[in-house]
Amino acid sequence: MRQLHRFHGGVHPPTNKTQSSETPIIASAMPSKLVIPLHQHVGNIARPVVSVGEHVLKGQVIGKADGRLSSAVHASTSGTIATIGYSKVAHPSGMDDLCVTLIPDGKDEWVANLGADYRELSHTDIRHRLRDAGVVGLGGAVFPSDMKLYGGKHQIKTLVLNGAECEPYITCDDRLMRERAAEILLGAEMMRDLLHAEEVVVGIEDNKPEALAAMQQAIVDGKHARMEAVAVPTVYPGGGAKQLIRVLTGIEVAAGVRSTEMGVQCFNVATAYSAYRAISYGEPMLSRVVTVTGNVERPQNYEVLLGTPVAELVAQAGLKSGTQGYIMGGPMMGFLLPSDQVGVVKATNCIIATAPTLFPAPAPTMPCIRCTRCAEVCPAELQPQELHWFAKAREFGKAQDYHLFDCIECGACSYVCPSNIPLVQYYRYAKSEIWARERDKTAADTARQRHEYRQFRLEREKQEKAEKLAQKERAALLAKQQADAAAATANTDEDAQARIQAAMARVQAQHDATQPRNTANLTPEQQAKIDEIEARRAHIQELAHPEADLDKHHEPPKE
Amino acid sequence: MLTALLVMSILALVLGAGLGFSALKFKVEGNPLVGKIDAILPQTQCGQCGYPGCRPYATAIAEGEADINMCPPGGEEGIQKLAELLGVEAKPFGAGAAPKPKAVAFVDENNCIGCTLCLQACPVDAILGAAKQMHTIIASECTGCELCIAPCPVDCISMEPIAESVTTWKWQYPVYAFIPSTEATRR
Ligand code: SF4
Ligand code: SF4
Ligand code: SF4
Ligand code: SF4
Repeated sequence: MRQLHRFHGGVHPPTNKTQSSETPIIASAMPSKLVIPLHQHVGNIARPVVSVGEHVLKGQVIGKADGRLSSAVHASTSGTIATIGYSKVAHPSGMDDLCVTLIPDGKDEWVANLGADYRELSHTDIRHRLRDAGVVGLGGAVFPSDMKLYGGKHQIKTLVLNGAECEPYITCDDRLMRERAAEILLGAEMMRDLLHAEEVVVGIEDNKPEALAAMQQAIVDGKHARMEAVAVPTVYPGGGAKQLIRVLTGIEVAAGVRSTEMGVQCFNVATAYSAYRAISYGEPMLSRVVTVTGNVERPQNYEVLLGTPVAELVAQAGLKSGTQGYIMGGPMMGFLLPSDQVGVVKATNCIIATAPTLFPAPAPTMPCIRCTRCAEVCPAELQPQELHWFAKAREFGKAQDYHLFDCIECGACSYVCPSNIPLVQYYRYAKSEIWARERDKTAADTARQRHEYRQFRLEREKQEKAEKLAQKERAALLAKQQADAAAATANTDEDAQARIQAAMARVQAQHDATQPRNTANLTPEQQAKIDEIEARRAHIQELAHPEADLDKHHEPPKE
Repeated sequence: MLTALLVMSILALVLGAGLGFSALKFKVEGNPLVGKIDAILPQTQCGQCGYPGCRPYATAIAEGEADINMCPPGGEEGIQKLAELLGVEAKPFGAGAAPKPKAVAFVDENNCIGCTLCLQACPVDAILGAAKQMHTIIASECTGCELCIAPCPVDCISMEPIAESVTTWKWQYPVYAFIPSTEATRR
C-alpha cells in the first residue's frame, strides 16, 4: 500500500457531480456548423492550410503547427470550409480570434489515417505524430504533449496520471475512466516508454469509487506491471498537478522548478487516452468528452466534436429557462463564456449553464479583516491577503516577492473569504500586468540595442566619410606640391625660352603632320596633271621675276 | 602561530590582488546612474522630452538639468519609477505632454516615392527601403516615435494604434459590481 502525503490547506465545496456522472458518455449530435479556433493550445497559433470553399475530410489538417511550441488543428468532420476569419472564442477576454468555420456534409468521411504500434516507432517519430495529431493536455492547460515527452533529459522515476478531477460539477474524466480504462492505460504505457519512467501511478479522488475500481481492474486485465491506481482524499484542489504529485509521491515541487527535475511527470487521464488513439489508430484530436450540467434537464457527458457551438451542445441536454450564461470549466476556476456561439475547444472539459437559483449573486464585498482564513486554505502556502493588498495597490514587485506566480488560481482563498473579496481576480490582474511589463521591457531593450547600433553605424559612416575626404585632400595637396616644385625649377629665363621653342616645335610638327586631304591617294593621271600645272606655274613665276635666281641666295630686299 | 600569520598574510595578498584586478577589469565607465535611469526610460527615442533620445535625457536627469516628468511614452508609471530611483517626489506631466496609446507607423505603399527621408529619420532602423524603392516598416521593431511622419514629402505614413489581441489581452482591475464566476459559486 502506497504511503500518501498531504498538501497544505484545501477546501470542501459541494461536489455536485452525481447529476452527470451516472449516465454513459453519448455522442453529441452533428451540429449545423463547427467554429474551430486555430489557437486551442499553449504556443504559436496554427497556420491555416485550407481555403474557403474547399471540401475537407474528417481528420484533415486545417491548421499546421507553427514553430517549436505549437500544435496542429484538424477538421472535426467532413464538409466545406465556409469562412476563415475572426470570431468570438472561448476565452475570458471575450475577444475574437482566428477560426475556421466548417459546414458539415453529414457523411463524416475520414481522411486516410494510419495507425501504428508505438513499439515499432522511434521516439522522435511518436513525438512528431502527437504534434501533428494535435494532442495537447486535456486537463485544462492545453500544453502540447509532445513537448512533455522527452525522455533522458531528466531521470523520470514516476509518471503520474491525473484522474483526481477535484473541481465541482465536472465528471468527464470520471466517465472516461469508467468506460475506457484499458485505452487510458495503454496510453500510459506508451508515455512511460517515451519517458523511461519506472512506475505509473494513477491518482483518483475517493469520491469516484467506480472509476477507481475500473482502472484497478484494467491494470490487472492488461497485465500492466509497476502500475497502480490509488485513491486520494477528496479535497479541493487535489487535482492540481503539484498537489497530486505531493500527495502521491511526497515530493514538494518548489517554486519555479519543473516536476521533471524532481523525477516526476504528470498527465491527465484523457490526454493519455487521446495520445493512445492518435498513435494506434492515427486519429487526431477531433473530439473530447464534455460534461454539460447546471441549469439543464439532463446533465450528461457528451463526446463532442471540437468546434461545436456551445448553444447547440447544451440544447441537447434540455436547457431550462432562467439560464443566464455559461461557465466553461468548473465553478472554482472556470470563466463565463462571452457568447453561446463559441465553439467547444480542447480545453473545454465542462459547460455549466448558470442560473440565479444555482449561483446566487455574491454578497457585497467588504474590506479585508486580516482573518488569514485564506492563508489557511491556500494549497500553495501563500499569504493571499498580502498578495491581494499588493495587487490592489499595484505594487507588482512586492507581489512577486510574495510569490504571486506560485498561485495556481484555484480560488480556495476567495471561497473562504468572509469579506467576499474576489481575490483571484486581483491575482490574475496582477499577473497579466506583470507579463505586459515584461513584454514592454523586452521591446525597450530591443529598441535600445537598435538605437545604439544605429548611433554606432552613423558614427562609423561619419568617420569613413571624413577619412575619405581627408585622403582626397591629401592627394590634392600632394599633386599641388609636385606641380609647384616643377614650376619652381622651370622658373629661369633659359628654361622659358627652351619651353617656348619646344612648344613652337610641337606646333610645327603638328602643322607638318596636317596634310590637305585632297592631295592624298591620287591616281597617276591626276598626279601627272598636277605636275604639269606646277611646271606651268613655275614657268610663269620665272617669267614674272627674272631675278628669281638671286632671290635664292640673298635676303629679300627690305621694303 | 607563525603558520597562522603566514596564511593570513598570503590570503590578504591574494585577495588584495584579486580586488585590484577586478577594480581594473570591471571598471564602470561614466556615471552609473545614467544607465539606471536609461533602463527605466521606454526607449521610444522620440525626442518629446526635448533631448535627442532617451540616453541624453537620462544623462540630463542624472546631472540635474532635466525634470523627471518630460517623457510621455513612459507614462505616469515611468515618472513614479524615476521618482523612486532618485528619491524625489513624483509629479504630473507638464502642459502639453500627455501619454498616447501605443501605435506603430504604417507606410501607404501605393504612395511611397522612395525618397529615403523617413528611413534616415527612424531612430531604431525600423524602416526598410532604398532610393526610388518602396519603403516599408518592420512593425515589430517600430517604437511608435512618429519621427518618420514629418519628413515624408507625400504624407504617406500614418500611425496605426496597436489593437489588443487574445494573446496580449490583460485582466482588468477588479470592479466589485462585476460578478466573476469564481465568486458565483458561493451558495
Ligand atoms: S487562488 Fe492562489 S492564493 Fe488563492 S488559495 Fe489558490 S493558490 Fe492560494
Ligand atoms: S480571508 Fe479575506 S478577509 Fe480574511 S484575511 Fe483573507 S482576504 Fe482578508
Ligand atoms: S520622451 Fe522619447 S526620447 Fe525622451 S526619454 Fe521618453 S521615449 Fe525617450
Ligand atoms: S518607423 Fe517611424 S514611428 Fe516607427 S520607430 Fe521608426 S521613425 Fe519611429
